[in-house]
Amino acid sequence: MLQRCEACGSFAYPAREACPSCLSAGLAFVDAPRQGVLLAETTARVPSDVYFRERAPWRIGLVKMDCGPTIVTHLHADCVEGAPVRMSFQLDKSGQAVAFAHPEGETPNMADDKQWREMTADPKFRRVLVTNGRSMIGQEAVAALKAAGAKTVFVGVAEPWRPFAGEQLLRGQDGIEIVTLDAADEKSAADLAADIGGKVDILVNTTEYVRPGGLLDRRGTSIARDEIDQAYLGFINLAQAFGPAMRMRGADGINNSAAWVNILSVHALANWPAFGAYSASQAACMSLSHCLRAELRPGGVRVMNLFTGPVDTEWFQTVPPPKVAPRAIAQAIVSGLRGGLEEMYVGDVAEEIRQRLGANPKALERELDR
Amino acid sequence: MQSNNLLELAGAVSSGAVRVVDLTFTLSPDFPVIVLPPEFGQAAPVRIQEISRYDGRGPAWYWNNVTFGEHTGTHFDAPIHWFTGKNLPNNAVDTMPAKDMIAPACVIDCSAQAAQDPDFLLTVPLVEAWEAKHGRIPERNWVLLRTDWSKKGWRDYSNLKDDGAHTPGPNAAVMKWLVEERGVIGFGTETIGTDAGQAGHFEPPYPAHHFLHGAGRYGLQCLCNLDQLPATGAVIVASPLKIQNGSGSPLRVIALVAST
Repeated sequence: MLQRCEACGSFAYPAREACPSCLSAGLAFVDAPRQGVLLAETTARVPSDVYFRERAPWRIGLVKMDCGPTIVTHLHADCVEGAPVRMSFQLDKSGQAVAFAHPEGETPNMADDKQWREMTADPKFRRVLVTNGRSMIGQEAVAALKAAGAKTVFVGVAEPWRPFAGEQLLRGQDGIEIVTLDAADEKSAADLAADIGGKVDILVNTTEYVRPGGLLDRRGTSIARDEIDQAYLGFINLAQAFGPAMRMRGADGINNSAAWVNILSVHALANWPAFGAYSASQAACMSLSHCLRAELRPGGVRVMNLFTGPVDTEWFQTVPPPKVAPRAIAQAIVSGLRGGLEEMYVGDVAEEIRQRLGANPKALERELDR
Repeated sequence: MQSNNLLELAGAVSSGAVRVVDLTFTLSPDFPVIVLPPEFGQAAPVRIQEISRYDGRGPAWYWNNVTFGEHTGTHFDAPIHWFTGKNLPNNAVDTMPAKDMIAPACVIDCSAQAAQDPDFLLTVPLVEAWEAKHGRIPERNWVLLRTDWSKKGWRDYSNLKDDGAHTPGPNAAVMKWLVEERGVIGFGTETIGTDAGQAGHFEPPYPAHHFLHGAGRYGLQCLCNLDQLPATGAVIVASPLKIQNGSGSPLRVIALVAST
């Protein structure tokens, strides 16, 4: 995204108050064409910044965008001077948006580039903990992460004495390790972290506890308590058990800790009374995720929130389509990690709520009340 | 009873002449709980959360907050737990007579049968055969069903299949008979629940709960170490927590056994 002048149409970078061509103040951020040419390349061998010094040599370059501006950018190793490049903005380890140049076409093992991997949290070669392997989302996530080249996927299973659908499939596979984890139990999370906390590079929180009902159709607080126990306190237990070691290991060589993924209901953003108490539990988790993001940032570990509408699982049986397939969520997890994203909206419902919330939150509140 | 007899008992406990057998599992988050269909309310699992452990939260002391459902771990069922006992007087753990917390036990060893068949059911003829050997079950005794189920790993212990749990227990006829013909004070098992895993399909459903609690009697479940008890002569001490209008509670169950 770059600023484009609403009057003369020219693009501006870095961000300005007024158009450098015509002095108009109407500069809106829009999706800009990504193509450019690498004008010059510099290799910093002894950078002054400690982060880059540890990773030196580090290549940066100057790209002339086809749409106008010239941008200082991080470079993929396969970018050569004078050749066309494809630009994107990425979040670096400190959470800042920075420019990154890729070669225009595909090159071998393109995603394994050292500088690119700093900008992303690609599961390839990494060790991942999927916290709840009982759910469809959990099992699809395991499969997708394994297919994406994760070295090991640890799969948390609460109450291991309880059999579950899909268990045999998980047990049979190389690189998939079933571990006992009841995220809602402080001790269980701590015990597992004692075992594997030093080798979890990506944590995918697949806690799922969906129950219908708001306030008046329920009796008492026991279901609400379960919702808070599972989703909110479970989140806290996981964060306290795994977060500190992940934050310490943000620069731990190639297999460094890289990301924390939450799967949240988009109704965390706007309450859906039919699942009203559940929505509230998700809102609490979303708020907590922002806290976690801030606390993990000093270690260079990303927090990605993936927002979804109703999922095609048992507890949303009564909800009419469109619903999100667990597999679509799993694929979004992988693509989000590969892209180094902080936020994703999966499916039509999630995307629609995001847009409507921006356009008219009170109207959205009224519409969800049906 | 003369007071020096009580002192004699205390002395015998102290000297080991009377053995104290702990029939209780450790109350922990790992212990299986009853699984109901998910649309019903569920027992809260056992949770133990540190308040402090000689640290900044409390430098000299260690303590926890503990939460659990009334029917978790080794636990006691009061008559109010079941609809059949809902209108009885003094039917909750806080109002039940304290004297009912101490009673002798008859232990029926069905471990061999249970090892063969997870759906093994205790029947009237089996109890009559036991009586032929050990004498008639006296009134106000506990009947404890030994299956050695408590020695299994948790997965085999809960033994959940697609159609529910498969664990041993009593059939309907024997429960009615024990309550009405033998006047037992209660019935205890090693499994999760006084009833068999498939007892929801019995007539009436959950007969141990139905008949025991309907007659103001009690249940004990998730017991262990029943193999250390004699067939007769052990005295059970089972005092549930005094929870206001409580339907049951985890508790420490001990047995006093005269050394031979």
